[in-house]
Amino acid sequence: MLPAVTGKVVDSASEAVADIGHGATLAVGGFGLCGIPEKLIGALRASGVSDLAVIANNCGVDDFGLGVLLANRQLRKMVSSYVGENKIFEAQFLSGELEVELVPQGTLAERLRAGGAGIPAFYTPTGVGTPVGEGKETREFDGRSYLLERALRADFALVKAWRGDRFGNLVYRETARNFNPLAAMAGAVTIAEVEELVEVGELDPNHVHTPGIYVQRILEGSEYEKRIEHVVHAGATAA
Amino acid sequence: MDEPRTRIVKRAALELAAGMNINLGIGLPTLLADYAEGLRGVMLQSENGLLGIGPYPQPGQEDADLINAGKETVTVVPGASFFDSADSFAMIRGGHIDLAILGGMEVSEDGDLANWMVPGKMVKGMGGAMDLVNGAKRVVVMMEHANKACESKVKRECTLPLTGRRVVHRLITDLAVFDFPPDGGMALIELQDGISLDHVRNNTEAQFSVSIQP
Repeated sequence: MLPAVTGKVVDSASEAVADIGHGATLAVGGFGLCGIPEKLIGALRASGVSDLAVIANNCGVDDFGLGVLLANRQLRKMVSSYVGENKIFEAQFLSGELEVELVPQGTLAERLRAGGAGIPAFYTPTGVGTPVGEGKETREFDGRSYLLERALRADFALVKAWRGDRFGNLVYRETARNFNPLAAMAGAVTIAEVEELVEVGELDPNHVHTPGIYVQRILEGSEYEKRIEHVVHAGATAA
Repeated sequence: MDEPRTRIVKRAALELAAGMNINLGIGLPTLLADYAEGLRGVMLQSENGLLGIGPYPQPGQEDADLINAGKETVTVVPGASFFDSADSFAMIRGGHIDLAILGGMEVSEDGDLANWMVPGKMVKGMGGAMDLVNGAKRVVVMMEHANKACESKVKRECTLPLTGRRVVHRLITDLAVFDFPPDGGMALIELQDGISLDHVRNNTEAQFSVSIQP
């Protein structure tokens, strides 16, 4: 058997995002600042591409993560579950400059998963009787009401993994996994950045989280900042 | 922490039991983590993809890849597992979480909960709260009985946008503990120490029955 096709490796973040054009829809992995594709976001900031619609659980903070695209007015729309801790976001949303669709976190994850899995819509109990359910079809199953939620797909997905191989197999670390595997599934073109790129065969197949079939481009990043939002130590009084 | 909040936390700690899988919300519920540590086999779930949250790390041991849903650095306990967000909410929505404890802004006498949005003032998003209240086996809300303007947060009807309708099983405030039976109606089941029934009645907008067990 010949080795797996490995023409997916790109040498720079700017090359990886070069064909992301104005108005594109992106699915971006990460939870808060944990597990975000910081190199690809930086390259988008440098490219200046604008009018982007971004599906991501959060929008970073004012000066890191997706927040830098917001500050540079490159975002037209955000689809997110939680956008606190970001003053620029709040200002742009309240002024109407930024369109926002707030989606319950579990619904957001499942909409991405469904999009990648060929499921156009699904029923969930989440949001019934709340503003989230307004205008949506509801149906009863076994005496309980459920909302019909549509799947999400994206022109590009930007994800971050710990290790990856040249075929695009990805392994995440700890809670940096979060939305990354789901974004990877939902992207027509999925671009992964990893802290360590290895040869095909070096990852134990038992431990691959995202199979390389979902990944079209892979980039090895360096000098990761991996900023922590709230450093809390033992003995501290919780918030 | 002030005295009313301490009272809420101490009473809420009694809801935790050995062997439970529990999700603690951000804010007041986070303070229950210390109580959970003393119970055998309790696993704390963090909706960003961790079952088995441990204590906060020692200085120098913090890890950017290991945070809780409040984006704070944490550690893991033996037996912990990591998973993606879809798996995390499969656990939540699928009824595998024994107990979810959340903070609240308003609770109605029907067991409706509002805790994610103040129109025109606060735009943060619901995060995982809507999934938790519809999916966990048991939903407990802990909140102060009145707001800063001394108005009852325990309402006939919620005025804020809802997180979930008829989802609360138990409400713990600094004045009393209420249950919401499946057949409707809100019942006061306990008074906090030093609080009289008249005091609760005078400070509660919601209508409730009283069934205090001796």
